[in-house]
Amino acid sequence: MLKVDEKDKAKLLEPLFTASPRFWGFILLLLAVMGWGAFMYGRQVLFGLGETGMQRPVFWGVYMVNFVFFIGISHAGTLISAILRVTGAEWRRSITRVAEAITAVALIVGSLQIVIDMGRPERFFYVFRYGRLQSPLLWDAISVTAYLLGSLTYLYLPLIPDAALLRDHFPENGRRWQKRLYTLLAIGWRGNRQQWLRLEKAIAVMAVLIIPIAVSVHTIISWILATTVQPGWHSTIFGPYFVVGAIFSGIGALFVAMTVVRRVMGLEDYITGRQYRNLGLLFIVMNAVWMYFTYAEYLTLAAGQEANEFPVLASKLWGEFAPGFWTMVALMVMAFWIMVAPLLLPARAVKKGLFHPLASWGTAVIALLSALSLAGRLPMFASLPVVIGALALSLFLAGMGVAAWFKTRPVGATALAAIFVLVGMWLERWNIIAPTMTHPYLVDYATYQPTMTEYAITAASFALFIFLFTVFLKLFPAVSVWEVMEGRVIEAERAKVHIPLPEPSRARRSLRGAGD
Amino acid sequence: MTKWAMIVDLDKCVACQGCSIACRHENNTPAISPEEAAMGRAIRWNDVFPNPVNGTEEAGAYPHVRTRYLPRPCMHCENPPCVKVCPVQGTFQDENGTVRQNYARCIGCRFCTVACPYGARYFNWHDPYWSPEMARCLNPDRVVGRDDLEGPAVRLRGVVEKCTFCIQRLYAAQDRAAAEGRDFRPDEYVPACVQTCTAKARYFGDLDDPDSTVAMLSQNPRAFRLLEDVGTRPKVIYLREG
Repeated sequence: MLKVDEKDKAKLLEPLFTASPRFWGFILLLLAVMGWGAFMYGRQVLFGLGETGMQRPVFWGVYMVNFVFFIGISHAGTLISAILRVTGAEWRRSITRVAEAITAVALIVGSLQIVIDMGRPERFFYVFRYGRLQSPLLWDAISVTAYLLGSLTYLYLPLIPDAALLRDHFPENGRRWQKRLYTLLAIGWRGNRQQWLRLEKAIAVMAVLIIPIAVSVHTIISWILATTVQPGWHSTIFGPYFVVGAIFSGIGALFVAMTVVRRVMGLEDYITGRQYRNLGLLFIVMNAVWMYFTYAEYLTLAAGQEANEFPVLASKLWGEFAPGFWTMVALMVMAFWIMVAPLLLPARAVKKGLFHPLASWGTAVIALLSALSLAGRLPMFASLPVVIGALALSLFLAGMGVAAWFKTRPVGATALAAIFVLVGMWLERWNIIAPTMTHPYLVDYATYQPTMTEYAITAASFALFIFLFTVFLKLFPAVSVWEVMEGRVIEAERAKVHIPLPEPSRARRSLRGAGD
Repeated sequence: MTKWAMIVDLDKCVACQGCSIACRHENNTPAISPEEAAMGRAIRWNDVFPNPVNGTEEAGAYPHVRTRYLPRPCMHCENPPCVKVCPVQGTFQDENGTVRQNYARCIGCRFCTVACPYGARYFNWHDPYWSPEMARCLNPDRVVGRDDLEGPAVRLRGVVEKCTFCIQRLYAAQDRAAAEGRDFRPDEYVPACVQTCTAKARYFGDLDDPDSTVAMLSQNPRAFRLLEDVGTRPKVIYLREG
């Protein structure tokens, strides 16, 4: 019988054996959406891909966008949790399980998009039977398969001690199949020294292995586009650009998932401000790096004005894709501000007038005035520099007005930024795939309007993602129990030893002394 | 080794689209509804369209406007982007350098259609449909082998198809030569579009034979290839309009 803390047992283990009507209602809702998607997919298989909005030259559409998006999200997990494990970040302990679950689930849903996109899904296994290693699609099949198997292993290994805990603390009136499942997954875990050593070694090896695989996965997805000669895709920076975007959206997905899990399951004591603060810093960095890559990619296109590539860029900047493109940019800038503003704001600034919600009223008035000026109703302010200045001022005031609000609500603010980033990253993939498809070399420029089939299957894919994630968390603890327990022991031992740290000035003095 | 190639003399081409029609009947490309065609789902292995397609170059100012037309079969590139990306060898280059399509293998991922810079590849968005009268007139030819279905064999929904230089005509000509107990000569085989061309603007033959018409015309100072800068080295060579 393995030992477990009473509080952990109540918070993490016991909810797995009960289910509220609300839970079943939620599951039913997801099943309904998935059923709708399955029905539409059935029609698509029966009548052909003509049921979608795809055509010539838009041969790839929403399914491909979803594919890149979901595989991107899968970087949440394993990569982040693996990096944090390898670097020995203690605060990772309570979020690794959620992160790894996202990875496995997102990979399953993401790979499914390729099958959905195929004209002849029954020939899927030809990819393995007749696979040509020269095709980037086969590189992708290999790397995604490797990543999926690696991620499942990496999800399973830290699950073994938890499964053993569940086996040992299984309630009398519990369902028997569930007990059998835990017994099977625990593979005879007793928690003796040798087992621990082996487990630690296996996790350490997997954590190191999974990092290059994860990087390869999204690099290769970018190469599917970049190895063609199509305008706007044939870019050398696509590999790193996509990896950065994937990690960025992965952190976003992790933030949203851990906020929901924390709220729904009441895990405020496990997932604390510390996780939000530390991961938030990484989130800000990835946002900046993503911005940098985006700017670098588009600046070179804009400066070159190559006859076939420039129309693609123009369609994003002021053409038919401009709304999506600028929404993406705005969302990313707002996410950046939401994460950075609270860090820049001194604590006592919260009480200052500029940061009062009233400032947002000022914003509203200025925005209204500039909108009226643009519409020509207020001719005295109608010069363009005045309007731009007014918009900038209203943006500034809006930013100031909400900064304090975000500072006092770090969790909500981070979740909001994460949702912005997820939507923005979906749009980013759309903005990369669709404009190039509609602006080919020797075919008339086209427009692409997805149909109900694509909407339904996209909705069903998101529902499937949430469904698998929910089911996983209903079967296994949302927080790795043994890792948290281990962390507590380490913290307690550390707390006993107090080593006074030297003042920075003294440290410098001693350094100078050492140099003499 | 033969290297099949086509020359299209744009000075002679009158843009009558006879090549498109001949191709359609030789290769059983399906007819589709006007709505579907407006969506860009029409299948034209041999398309004829105004060039430049999207007006990226000046077509002239009134009254000196001039429309140029471009007949476009598959380019049968020597460095074909479509063959490079196919995950299952559904499209491949045969020993004569012709880029072919195996409908029995194609999984319908449309990577090749995306990779082709010429838009020469077409996808079957729906099952093909012919009116009963037209269905009786389908070309019965087909190129079949183990795991192999090519040529004008009717394609089902979900696979990619393209111009094959009428590969079935090559096999028919070779079979005829074999039946008559003599060697096959390269001038015994032309695709349907070349045979039908009203203006005799198309030439077809073996580019590797220095004495062939296509080899000689390819040295013409007017000769150029489409999108030469993307490095695909097409074997369809155009002679510039004067």
